[in-house]
Amino acid sequence: MNPPPNTTSPTLPNGSGAAALLSASIGSFALAVLAIAGDKSALLKSHLIFYKPTGPLSGVTTTAILLWLATWAILEIRWQKKSVALKPICATALVLLVLSIALTFPPIADLF
Amino acid sequence: MEITARSLWTMMHGMGFGALYLLACSGAIVELYRLTRPSESKPSESAPNSTRFLNVYLLTMVVLAWAAVLTGAYVIYPWYRAAPPPGTVNLALFPQRLLMSSPSTIGWHSLGMEWKEHVAWFAPISITMVAFVFIRYGRDLRLHRPLRTAVLTFAIASFLSAGIAGFFGAMINKNAPVQGGHTIRLSQGEAK
Repeated sequence: MNPPPNTTSPTLPNGSGAAALLSASIGSFALAVLAIAGDKSALLKSHLIFYKPTGPLSGVTTTAILLWLATWAILEIRWQKKSVALKPICATALVLLVLSIALTFPPIADLF
Repeated sequence: MEITARSLWTMMHGMGFGALYLLACSGAIVELYRLTRPSESKPSESAPNSTRFLNVYLLTMVVLAWAAVLTGAYVIYPWYRAAPPPGTVNLALFPQRLLMSSPSTIGWHSLGMEWKEHVAWFAPISITMVAFVFIRYGRDLRLHRPLRTAVLTFAIASFLSAGIAGFFGAMINKNAPVQGGHTIRLSQGEAK
């Protein structure tokens, strides 16, 4: 007789999920930081114009997305077959997410 | 009955991709919560179907979210921020400058658009991650509790980001609509 399916212990290591989560928060945070940096520095602002009609927003978002995907790929390769310490990774991701949303809010962004 | 090309694109961006995404969010959050509840130790017979359905549902949301931000940033935003030629008096075709021309509307640009143009991108980034994690782990996500909590929080943040972008988008378009482009005739009216 086959044993019942295991319903209490994970069958997949958590590394892949942790990689996706952490990289998404890093990408979001990078977007918020780049948006502020581009707003404060005229030189950076001009370098972030990847598509002229959209202006610096094109460079801010494209750079953040590339950073997110690169981080995701690197972490996925390193963690996909591992189980990692989830709690600190999830806590870091949630803090970065909250900071990202807060830093894009203009009254907060204008403080820098 | 007529509509301009720019209005049609704005409708597709906001009422099509954006609004559909917002509508889908509540369903996704409830289903993610329900299917990955830690107390659900014994999957029901319908679980594989529910999981498959949510996989497709989340992938559709990913497409909607990316379609909304990409059409917003690369189709509509250039019309919004276009600079008028020197001496232009009628700013109707230059929504950003129209909003900035009056103290009663400038906030829709300086706070609304400035926040919307960045915060909106958290929606596709977050929901892409949520979809990937759910497709990878399925109902086993309930066994990784911190990950489940974080995934649900990102799904809510995605909803919040899209809601902020949608609200300001609607209000900005109400105060300074994106206009212009060629006119599309939808139907010929008849006098009654």
